[in-house]
Amino acid sequence: MTATATPADQRGEPLLRVQGLKVHFPIKRGIFVDRTVGHVRAVDGVDLSIDRGTTYGLVGESGCGKSTLGRAILRLVEPTAGSVVFDGTDVAALRGEPLRKMRRRMQMVFQDPLGSLDPRQNVESLLSEPLRAHGLDGGNAGIAAHIRTLLDAVGLPVAALRRYPHEFSGGQRQRIGIARSIALEPDLLIADEPVSALDVSVQAQVVNLLEELQERLGLTYLVIAHDLAVVRHISDVVGVMYLGSLVEQAPADDLYEEPLHPYTRALMSAVPVPDPVVEGSRERILLAGDLPSPANPPNGCRFHTRCPWRQETRCDDEVPVLRELAPARFVSCHWAEEIRDGVLRPKAPEEVAAIQGVHVAATGVGPVETDALVQGIDQPIERT
Amino acid sequence: MSSGSSSISAPPVGLGNQPVLEVTDLAVRFTRRGEADTRAVDGVSFSVAPGETIGLVGESGCGKSVTSLAVMGLLPKRNVQVSGSVRLDGQELVGADAETLRGLRGADMAMVFQDPLSSLNPTVPIGTQVTEVLLEHRDMTRKEAVDEAARLLDRVGIPDPLRRLKEYPHQLSGGMRQRALIAMALSCSPRLLIADEPTTALDVTIQAQILELLRELVVDSGTALVMITHDLGVVAGLCDRVHVMYAGKIIETADRHELFARPRQPYTGGLLASVPRLDSPRGAPLTPIRGSARDTIAWADGCAFAPRCDSAQDDCLTEVAGSTVELVPDGPRRELRCRHPIEYPPAPAGATAPGAAR
Repeated sequence: MTATATPADQRGEPLLRVQGLKVHFPIKRGIFVDRTVGHVRAVDGVDLSIDRGTTYGLVGESGCGKSTLGRAILRLVEPTAGSVVFDGTDVAALRGEPLRKMRRRMQMVFQDPLGSLDPRQNVESLLSEPLRAHGLDGGNAGIAAHIRTLLDAVGLPVAALRRYPHEFSGGQRQRIGIARSIALEPDLLIADEPVSALDVSVQAQVVNLLEELQERLGLTYLVIAHDLAVVRHISDVVGVMYLGSLVEQAPADDLYEEPLHPYTRALMSAVPVPDPVVEGSRERILLAGDLPSPANPPNGCRFHTRCPWRQETRCDDEVPVLRELAPARFVSCHWAEEIRDGVLRPKAPEEVAAIQGVHVAATGVGPVETDALVQGIDQPIERT
Repeated sequence: MSSGSSSISAPPVGLGNQPVLEVTDLAVRFTRRGEADTRAVDGVSFSVAPGETIGLVGESGCGKSVTSLAVMGLLPKRNVQVSGSVRLDGQELVGADAETLRGLRGADMAMVFQDPLSSLNPTVPIGTQVTEVLLEHRDMTRKEAVDEAARLLDRVGIPDPLRRLKEYPHQLSGGMRQRALIAMALSCSPRLLIADEPTTALDVTIQAQILELLRELVVDSGTALVMITHDLGVVAGLCDRVHVMYAGKIIETADRHELFARPRQPYTGGLLASVPRLDSPRGAPLTPIRGSARDTIAWADGCAFAPRCDSAQDDCLTEVAGSTVELVPDGPRRELRCRHPIEYPPAPAGATAPGAAR
């Protein structure tokens, strides 16, 4: 695909359409016989579509399934159900060689560049590997020339070619990861927490690089992150995930202007703003308790155990569907209109905790195992 | 901010109070045979009054965590040289013997670490870990200690504390573990609490809960809080006074409002301009700082930030100017280490810095 995608092209079929995607991981028990005692519903029925040349931002807390969703789209984990239609082809049904060919057009940028680059390969070898694997730019001379343009595109010096990943700083390593993922000129780039392992002053460099590359190469992005400010900065459309399903999807500006779902509101009000004047005056909605376990999600609306706007009826037993409240604004809440118009008032977190009793306790409640694997392992990398 | 009724008879928090913690010219050098010494902390001075919250801000490797470990006396003895002075209520801690420090840690000063899973013992129930502190420092029987531990867990917002006391750290979620750690830190009503990136490993909604908890504690008990973080948003909401660190030295000190409205050091300004903000219009380009924290020069050769600084000039280097860059007073309650700071037109009322523009 080239950067000159016509408007008609954009109007037509989106580049990626995900329908009813589910990823369930079995929980196994037993010594001699593997019994499946339950499922972790990491992703539980997600629909989304991404237009060509746009950026879709996916936000949510750790354990909400956003990374698993990204991986399932690339078939790095096997989806349990649902379809992933990429440019007219159902990726979920492909196998073997056709799947490998298709991967050329969908690439991934990982969170931790030190963990995702082979420490024993130098940069030249790292960047030529995908080219050779797909038999591109025949001949060593062609590959060498291509690698130089790649380094140029991500702003690394040619001297980097002979060096190894550990010799670079975090930001430079992420540039290598990005160079590797755009080596095959893909159409879709899935970036899983691309900047969360980087220092504040370096984050902006990588965010700017991603934007610049998108403009130049006409890339389509799916950006997965827990940092709402970063996602808002680079995305056209933002989807908010909670416990395996989308709770809200809207154009970035609208979402931040007026969040409709109670969870989105709470999430947004929790992000600290680097300005003491704003910090002193802004409204905070504190949530009670923690994320419930995805192995044993609450009935009805999954957010009802922590929701300050929970109502006596419907919330506990009726699963809300993602519905279009206003043009391009999707929300899955029974009471979205009333909350928007201010008819319903939020309760204090202590009140919610009191009503829900034991439900707001940590994820360890109930007979379910609570290890890191079950709870989701995509926590941001800590810095010192 | 006012101190409520508490066992510590903290007078109304004024700035002329006797500080709880006074750090003067603290320096930490890591030595290794056959290699040049690493100056992780290089002449850091600050003080904290009762009920005051100060922030140490900086990127990875700027020495903020080493500073806190040096204050607590938790650095290893081998190959480490600590100099300068750390005074807790007038008592000198640098060079104090292990026994004295042991008596102070947990009782008069306490610390909350970044990663709650690795700072709790995974093989011991939470209850034992909390009561351990109480038995050590407050002459309690085991029965009293358990009651007190349950009360502490309840105070930091852990539901059903008696059941939780019997559980192991892995059975608690990240936010709960951090709360348990805070409960342990608070068990002897310390005069000084150091929180080293207490929310970095947590999600934003949990972070909001923990910050609220810390804010209440400072107000209720008049504890002096040292908050170590790289997140400017956290600083903006919590700290009274902010020290920005770079390459082991403090490069700018100011009250919170002053710092965010008018950052003077180009590094502080650069940090503020490079963070995307939730309340700024979308599409405004970010202005990153060039290079990375590795591109520094030694402070003896000039300003360590000069290689990355846009307003750096020749005299930022020692060999041109003939002297090193000093931390000098810069207006009321401000200090600055820079020869070419960001200038602002002298229009005081309602002026907003470019970095904080909305």
